[in-house]
Amino acid sequence: MADSAVVHSMDGPRGPKPRKMLSRRNIILYGTLFVIAVYYLIPLYVMLVTSVKGMPEIRLGNIFSLPLEITYEPWVKAWSQACTGLNCDGLSRGFWNSVKITIPSVVVSIAIASVNGYALANWRFKGANVFFTILIFGAFIPYQIMIYPLVIMLREMGLYTKLPGLVIIHSIFGMPILTLLFRNYFTTIPEELFKAARVDGAGFWGIYFRIMMPMSLPIFVVAIILQVTGIWNDFLFGVIYTKPENYPMTVQLNNIVNSVQGVKEYNVNMAATLLTGLVPLAIYFISGKLFVRGIAAGAVKG
Amino acid sequence: MTMESVSVKNLDLNFDSVKVLNNLNLGIEQGEFLVLLGPSGCGKSTLLNCIAGLLDVSGGQVFIKGRNVTWEEPKDRGIGMVFQSYALYPQMNVENNLSFGLKNSGVSKSEIAERIEKAAEILQIKPLLKRKPSQLSGGQRQRVAIGRALVRDVDVFLFDEPLSNLDAQLRSELRVEIKRLHQKLKNTMIYVTHDQIEALTLADRIAVMKNGIIQQLDAPQVIYNKPTNLYVAGFIGSPAMNFLQGSVIGSGAEAVFQMENACISLAEYGANKTLVDTPHAVLGIRPENINVKQNPIPGKTITVVTDLNEPMGSDSLLWLTFDKQNLSVRIPAEESWETGTTCHLELNIPKASIFNEETEERV
Repeated sequence: MADSAVVHSMDGPRGPKPRKMLSRRNIILYGTLFVIAVYYLIPLYVMLVTSVKGMPEIRLGNIFSLPLEITYEPWVKAWSQACTGLNCDGLSRGFWNSVKITIPSVVVSIAIASVNGYALANWRFKGANVFFTILIFGAFIPYQIMIYPLVIMLREMGLYTKLPGLVIIHSIFGMPILTLLFRNYFTTIPEELFKAARVDGAGFWGIYFRIMMPMSLPIFVVAIILQVTGIWNDFLFGVIYTKPENYPMTVQLNNIVNSVQGVKEYNVNMAATLLTGLVPLAIYFISGKLFVRGIAAGAVKG
Repeated sequence: MTMESVSVKNLDLNFDSVKVLNNLNLGIEQGEFLVLLGPSGCGKSTLLNCIAGLLDVSGGQVFIKGRNVTWEEPKDRGIGMVFQSYALYPQMNVENNLSFGLKNSGVSKSEIAERIEKAAEILQIKPLLKRKPSQLSGGQRQRVAIGRALVRDVDVFLFDEPLSNLDAQLRSELRVEIKRLHQKLKNTMIYVTHDQIEALTLADRIAVMKNGIIQQLDAPQVIYNKPTNLYVAGFIGSPAMNFLQGSVIGSGAEAVFQMENACISLAEYGANKTLVDTPHAVLGIRPENINVKQNPIPGKTITVVTDLNEPMGSDSLLWLTFDKQNLSVRIPAEESWETGTTCHLELNIPKASIFNEETEERV
């Protein structure tokens, strides 16, 4: 009896229940999404299109029209010839300055903050709560209050206007939020793992490098994304704590776009802006998948 | 006098202002299997963590093999520990999980391989050595966790509710394996659990804990048959012990337990010589120490009405009403009583326990 019932049910149509593509719900949903997507993409489109047009074509005024003739001249000029003040070697100088600022800042701030978070989460030392409260308090103090004292401190240390000085600034300002981030992540790692490692004779650094770090890839990726984009896009600290030949890319971009002499080269400006935005964009695309992946599976009953 | 394997002297532990353990003393013999039993929050895991060195004590000392280890690191105490959540390092395969501690203490490579081989043999996890913890079942994970303690070649094993995350069948399987392991290795083992079956089956001695205080520390049989106070009596045993309220009058052969409308002779009660008049007393008796009779015997039986029959397979549990209280009696599986029948219970007085209701202590 049961067998025939099974066989019978296999005869009928199979697979998931078919759904109508053009239901009213779908139209509204995708319609809204489409409108919003277009709204956000139009400026990008205008920038891209403008950056490959020649100046005569731009002067015609049709900013939405596709280029009649594609030229990469503005990109080359933005990268290697655009002038800021007396320097006419383009954005490339700023790019390399930004690299020299971003990489050490990201590495230093994440290294310190992750150890901070680990110590706060797992080694509840005396005064840990006070330390943590002070650190979090730091996250809510407006930057502007600290700018001038930091100028004086850097000057006394002989690092004012130098790149290492700016690296220190970025590391300090990243500390509260990153420590909070790491601490909260490490507290989600089962405490018994930490205890087991202690019984197994691993010390402070042994547990950090061999147990905690390998389990914390997702949070390191999150921290890297936060820091790279934050530091790369920083303008305020760059303009305050460095001098023209050490300006990061953002400051240099501003100087190129806002220069008042001569003709406004919209195509070069657009290309320069896109170039500056490429790094954070690339970071998002590369690390997006890692962002979501959790690797703690198997640590506890699952 | 044999040297105690683990001993805890006047141990205090406070979390801020909360006293979790208060002046606790405990001695564990070499090769003994001690179970710390109690409900959640009674301080049993805390005590284990103090012995392991994972919690700093607020006062008192911990000795392992006669050595004062109160302020030593867990790794230097000669202990291996098994956790409830297995706590396997997820990024390492089984082999590396086992060797992690050995590498940290600088054991040679050939020695490590030898010990892993031996532990894997004992625990039957050889085919799993190259797998990651996430590719193992719960039972396999806990075996690996036991193996991690095993390879460390330690004097004392600490188990923190190791079977609580497993399903019932696996739990009883691993329970037997842990017992076998203990018989084979003859190490000192301290085992924390809230499961009384685990405690009764595994332990050489059980320490029943409540509110950070050891209520009774004795062999399972003694704990079961002669509980020292009302708490232990009620906590151990499933179904729970029956409690009758009344008063003790007289002593020696004339002693009786007087209830509202019944009276039972305590002439056969073991400690009847020392009985004193107790106006508020509790008589505790286990379901298997009661016989159901058709006819009353004066001074030995109480009259009850049957309520329902609960067949448990090997035997049945008969629930009865006495003075508006429920009593349970273990009866052979083939017997059954109709609901509402009046019958008489003969209590096996030598196996009963009498408590003072005010102090809750055994008398």
